Amino acid sequence: MEIGLSHYLSLAAILFTIGIFGIFLNRKNVIVILMSIELLLLAVNINFVAFSVFLNDLVGQIFALMVLTVAAAEAAIGLAILVVYFRNRGSIAVEDINIMKG
Amino acid sequence: MVLQALFFYLFAGVAVASAFMVIAARNPVHSVLFLILCFFNAAGLFVLIGAEYLAMLLVVVYVGAVMVLFLFVVMMLDVDFAQMRQGVLQYLPIGALVGLIVLVELLMVVSGWVIAPQIVGEGAAPIPPAGEIQNIEAIGLLLYTHYIYFFQVAGLILLVAMVGAIVLTLRHKQGVRRQDISQQVARNPQTSIEVVKVKSGKGI
Repeated sequence: MEIGLSHYLSLAAILFTIGIFGIFLNRKNVIVILMSIELLLLAVNINFVAFSVFLNDLVGQIFALMVLTVAAAEAAIGLAILVVYFRNRGSIAVEDINIMKG
Repeated sequence: MVLQALFFYLFAGVAVASAFMVIAARNPVHSVLFLILCFFNAAGLFVLIGAEYLAMLLVVVYVGAVMVLFLFVVMMLDVDFAQMRQGVLQYLPIGALVGLIVLVELLMVVSGWVIAPQIVGEGAAPIPPAGEIQNIEAIGLLLYTHYIYFFQVAGLILLVAMVGAIVLTLRHKQGVRRQDISQQVARNPQTSIEVVKVKSGKGI
């Protein structure tokens, strides 16, 4: 049987759903929330690459490159904020983060 | 064709299973390792579909850099993870509901989707045939010419992220003596030598 565009889009949809589900499920664990965001971005990348290949247009892969860049930057900054927060508070509980508001 | 379908289902199945384990694992270290497995399988899918450069980038940048960063942070933070999982069952129903709705909507979009056959290959940059020019070469030819500003903006984003991470986490400990080069260079004989008149018969 032929593996087509819809197979890849379905896979990306499932991964995206798992990412959203992970954000809901691990409300207290900010590390797993960051990993869920990585999953969401991976699903987006799979969509971009699948459309790029099946529509025969290379620009989709260039844009997937941009998504990868932003995801790497986001992970670095997010983890840096996490480390600073842990250093100040001694915990990474998400429900305490609203004390940071001015 | 059968082999391609077989490998697609293998990679997709392992990717979905490991993605589920990322959010279900009790230990965040296991979550990170399952996320690495998920990214490896996504890279396999990219190779299968013919996007070799992005597959290698996924392995090198994600697994090699970002996931190792995650692993270091998870191991560095001394957090009680068992206490963090307490509210999981409380959020399970609403999370499952929202997830199910999103999944059904996305699958309905995917299944109801028809692409007009005449637009295939009519994009801005058609992919050259595989035997003629390699994927990485095709991307390079496009990225360094038409999308050069885009490429530089990506570099700028990474630079800002690097500077931001350093600014956030760098701290100078109090009470640690550091070399201050400007102070050393600014010394002169008047500030560094003191002439003391010693009385005879006594020490200083």
